[in-house]
Amino acid sequence: MSWADRVSPLVRSIPPSGIRRFFDIVAEMSGVVSLGVGEPDFVTPWHIRESCVHGLQRGYTSYTSNYGLLELRQEIARMLEADYGVVYDPKCEALITVGVSEALDLAMRALLSPGDEVLVPEPCYVSYNACVSLAGGVPVSVCSSRENEFRVTVDQLAAALTPRTKALLIGYPNNPTGAVMSREDLAAIARFAEQHDLIVISDEIYASLTYDGEHTCFASLPDMRDRTILLNGFSKAYAMTGWRIGYAMGNADFIGAMTKIHQYTMLCAPITAQIAAIEAIKQGTASRNKMVDEYDRRRRLMVDGLRNLGLDCFEPRGAFYVFPSIHNTGLTSLQFAEQLLQAEKVALVPGDAFGACGEGFVRCSYASSSKNLADALDRIGRFVTPLLK
Amino acid sequence: MSENNLAQKQDLLRLLDQDYHQTHDQLARQLGVTPALVGQMIRELEDDRILVKCQPIINWEKAGLEDVVALIEVKITPQREVGFDAIAARIYRFPEVRNLFLMSGTYDLAVTVEGANLKEVAQFVSTKLATIDGVVSTTTHFVLKKYKEEGVIIDDEEADRRLLVTP
Ligand SMILES: Cc1ncc(COP(=O)(O)O)c(C=O)c1O
Repeated sequence: MSWADRVSPLVRSIPPSGIRRFFDIVAEMSGVVSLGVGEPDFVTPWHIRESCVHGLQRGYTSYTSNYGLLELRQEIARMLEADYGVVYDPKCEALITVGVSEALDLAMRALLSPGDEVLVPEPCYVSYNACVSLAGGVPVSVCSSRENEFRVTVDQLAAALTPRTKALLIGYPNNPTGAVMSREDLAAIARFAEQHDLIVISDEIYASLTYDGEHTCFASLPDMRDRTILLNGFSKAYAMTGWRIGYAMGNADFIGAMTKIHQYTMLCAPITAQIAAIEAIKQGTASRNKMVDEYDRRRRLMVDGLRNLGLDCFEPRGAFYVFPSIHNTGLTSLQFAEQLLQAEKVALVPGDAFGACGEGFVRCSYASSSKNLADALDRIGRFVTPLLK
Repeated sequence: MSENNLAQKQDLLRLLDQDYHQTHDQLARQLGVTPALVGQMIRELEDDRILVKCQPIINWEKAGLEDVVALIEVKITPQREVGFDAIAARIYRFPEVRNLFLMSGTYDLAVTVEGANLKEVAQFVSTKLATIDGVVSTTTHFVLKKYKEEGVIIDDEEADRRLLVTP
């Protein structure tokens, strides 16, 4: 029996990430201008890094409570109350995790029985479907559309509902589209969740990266606090991707169940990252806002630039991605991405890596210097102009 | 200058401060205005001496042309009518003077002086600076190593270490 055959059928059934495949092609090349990066181009602000160094000097090198440092949980609870008016008990309704990635996995494993269905609006972050499947659940894709600026609607969700539907997994501001949902949009989803007794897992990792207007925390909607597992982290807001730190907030019994898995599989999040995260929340608002202002400027640069090239591009209002349509080039997303890479050495990610309804689009990250973005736009222009004739 | 225009100019200045080598076109796209307006705003900012000068920060040591730099604390007795400004004006006209600040605290003027060698700087201080009317005393500190200048770390090891494609 080969090793490939020994791998469990469940794991075998999960397709490799479309991003991974593309990364392998890009890694072979030099001189590439990349719009393919899903993380901030800033390094973590120095005061945050420095707090970690200081912690190490004072000997903070041990395990922490399974839940994470109480001070960090308190700071998170304080921030959520101040920002959104949602109140959590830091003692039992908060869990510090190894990024939103781990929190997502824990939530699915704590929630799903074999065959339970989870509604997953697409295009979406590449881990959502895989996490549902690995937990024994069944992800049910719900396609959102360009016409509605990639905001999922209750009608679309209702069409995918079955008696096995147990939860809804949403992520706004959205990776890869940059879509956000207004408070009214989300309130409609909330009523739907209530009607059908669904749990809502809300990945709000890009909450701070909301332009034009305020982010609505799903748990802050009437009656939604106890129906929502709120996931968030430090990776994007504070440019801390490599630290691996995030959190989950929700009902105490459910957080307890997630903590049980976490305790046996992870024990606790790294103390170094927890200390840095405390500093980020307490002192990091100014540095965070500075980065957000910068993303906002680049967002305008990208949207205008792509539109001027003749690509249809709706205005993203969050995260750091634009998701232009490449339909009128006559190419598929993968062809577009591969040919652009070969011809002009610009890396971006084919839209179908984020779900079938991402076909016909590509994800461009603007977490890159204005200079790089302008360079990339010139190169994309040379590639698409002949195609659009 | 209208409110609106002022905010736009401040945004433009922030962009220039980050990276002066951007074309009017690139700047215009980020600000959501026309390149012509960017050109006009830059001219106005220069005329108003808000955008004073753009100059490179050079690691002269690495370039093999190292100068000697000294920070000099100067105590002065302000002169009637004109105060500190008249003495400052006499000092800052010397091309050897790179920076001149009026300070609070135990001394009055902070002067940065550059010269080809120690002797040249010492000579400047003793013959030019210390002899100005109203200068009471000077204390000279020579710079041994520059770590950071004008907000830029001279030998920065920080780099973009991200993979080219990530989820
Ligand atoms: C929507 C979304 N959720 C979660 C993650 C993972 O975040 P973390 O670094 O906290 O694990 C990402 C990272 O790209 C993301 O885009």
